[in-house]
Amino acid sequence: MALKYLIEKEFKQMMRNKILPIIFLILPIAIINVIPRIATQEIKNLKFSVVDNDHSPLSQRLVLKITASMYFNLVGVFPSYEKALATIESCEADIIVEIEPDFEKNLVTTGTANVFIAGNAVNGMKGAMGTSYLVQIIADYAAQLRDEEGLNGTQTLVAGYNVAPRFLYNSTLDYKLYMIPALMAMLLVLLVAFLPALNIVGEKEKGTIEQINVTPVGRTEFILSKLIPYAAVGIFLLSFAMLLSKAIHGFVPAGSIGAIYVFAIAFCLVVASLGLIISNYSNTTQQAALTMFFFIMIFMLMSGLLTPVASMPQWAQTLTLINPMRYFMETMRTLYLKDAGLGELLPQLWRLCLMATVLWVWAIVSYRKKS
Amino acid sequence: MIVEANSLTKTYNRGKTKALHGLSLGVEEGEIYGLIGPDGAGKTTLFRILTTLLLPDSGEAHVDGLDVQKDYRQIRKRIGYMPGKFSLYQDLTIEENLRFFATIFGTTIEENCGLIADIYAQIERFKDRRAGKLSGGMKQKLALCCALIHAPRVLFLDEPTTGVDPVSRKEFWEMLKKLQQRHGITIMVSTPYMDEAMQCDRIALIQEGSFLKVNTPQHIIDEYDKTLWNVKCEQMHTLLTVLKKWENTESSFSFGETFHLSVKENAAPADLMRYLGGHGLSGIEISEAKPTIEDCFMSLLKTDYDER
Repeated sequence: MALKYLIEKEFKQMMRNKILPIIFLILPIAIINVIPRIATQEIKNLKFSVVDNDHSPLSQRLVLKITASMYFNLVGVFPSYEKALATIESCEADIIVEIEPDFEKNLVTTGTANVFIAGNAVNGMKGAMGTSYLVQIIADYAAQLRDEEGLNGTQTLVAGYNVAPRFLYNSTLDYKLYMIPALMAMLLVLLVAFLPALNIVGEKEKGTIEQINVTPVGRTEFILSKLIPYAAVGIFLLSFAMLLSKAIHGFVPAGSIGAIYVFAIAFCLVVASLGLIISNYSNTTQQAALTMFFFIMIFMLMSGLLTPVASMPQWAQTLTLINPMRYFMETMRTLYLKDAGLGELLPQLWRLCLMATVLWVWAIVSYRKKS
Repeated sequence: MIVEANSLTKTYNRGKTKALHGLSLGVEEGEIYGLIGPDGAGKTTLFRILTTLLLPDSGEAHVDGLDVQKDYRQIRKRIGYMPGKFSLYQDLTIEENLRFFATIFGTTIEENCGLIADIYAQIERFKDRRAGKLSGGMKQKLALCCALIHAPRVLFLDEPTTGVDPVSRKEFWEMLKKLQQRHGITIMVSTPYMDEAMQCDRIALIQEGSFLKVNTPQHIIDEYDKTLWNVKCEQMHTLLTVLKKWENTESSFSFGETFHLSVKENAAPADLMRYLGGHGLSGIEISEAKPTIEDCFMSLLKTDYDER
């Protein structure tokens, strides 16, 4: 009975806050609509300069072929490598393609010809992706030449077999599909972890905690009254984000929706409990906010949101085992991209539940009515 | 004794700041017991121990026969506490606050209507207004209602009238008297205002964590044995320094528009008149003054300092 009123009070306060209800609506729209369009790791519109030392029909066809791809724009053809390098230094170009003298002659006579690629690696991702695209195009060109003209020698450029990759679960390698489930997890951690962290300490600052502390309300009840409203907010946010993703991107989970909710509830309980623990130990909202910020940063960077967990160093991978966000991110991606259900994700589920239990008990124990 | 404490001590900052020095007290059932003392005297610390919010370093205390350390759960159901700082939910309305506290104490507004009816009637027309938008006097009435909603046996009020206008202060004390007379509630109240001390049945003068004196206000005044004068002149700003230098001065401090001066036994007003005249002061008025609680407090403070 008292719990019901405590929860009702939390909701009233939340809804009467001038900013919170607006954030609950705006943030999902911003994250689901805008971020997937900009946070993409596909590289397009790479600018390249050419140093053509051969000036033969074959070398010119190569340049044309690169230009024709959707990834590359030609900056210009330069007489020397130094001149081309200047275009990289002035940021006009990202990549230089240098074609050796006698490119055509070597290709026809010996079957081997060299193309030199230099990429600007200041932006490592761009440099690496750009050069690898370029290598693919050149290899493709070589294969084309062999087919057309029977230039037997070109096998050295092209491996003797043809690789035709087929991408499972996200067949067009659409980066958005990969990002949206992760962004949903981010949305939850932002609000469901931050708000509880500011809650109890806020009551301390306002002094209202004194009045609660002299009432017979138990610690468990009190902590539950803080936990349940935020878990509910989390579920609302997630549902809203899922609807938005369907409406805007036409993207629905391939796996079980029920499983998504089971995981979301477990995840909300974990991060909301963590928020309450931080709130219990803090004396000011500023302390609580900064501490929570620290946790959220680490959670996000080590969750696989941007860099896959599998490509982290081993010690970091071990650390991610205690990162609740890692499990939630993983399951969100799995459930959205693969036709999976709870059965396949049980290891992640029981770990989240274990964390939720530990943190929940900790939140109760760390809340003290007397000092 | 409904509230009892035996040699309570409490220190802060790992023993560096002493808040309470072996303090003992006893409050009779049904009385209004006032704690009078300046800021930092230990009033709030004492309240927080008695309301089970703070653990004493040593000593013990009982409220309504229950130990504050062992039976804190039971005590919380039987006491009402109004902290010095307004601590209700500012974003809930008057009615919501009241209903909220009634519910978490497992009761309803209707059940204890009789107790708060008088006070609630004064704020009822604003019941849909948020607590944060109320005036100081109304906030305080609401806080009192919330502290009374579960019909407590003892009410602890920590500086309830600080920052409240004089009219509301007077009203507030009338409400407390009514609660005492009609419902037999024991009230323990602290205040830095000496004039409010006269409203209590008994008062304890507290300074640096110990009691200087505990008695009825009248007794404390009757026990004042020094000669006390009102002194006034045209050059008020220099008067105090001149008075302090006089050989017969025991103590002097400003009291409204005049100075209260306590003097040694053999001194006569004519001597002072001559002394002040000799210092070039004019328009001097000297009259016999009736001691107030403030005079008693000041003189007790002085002896307390002199003894150390």
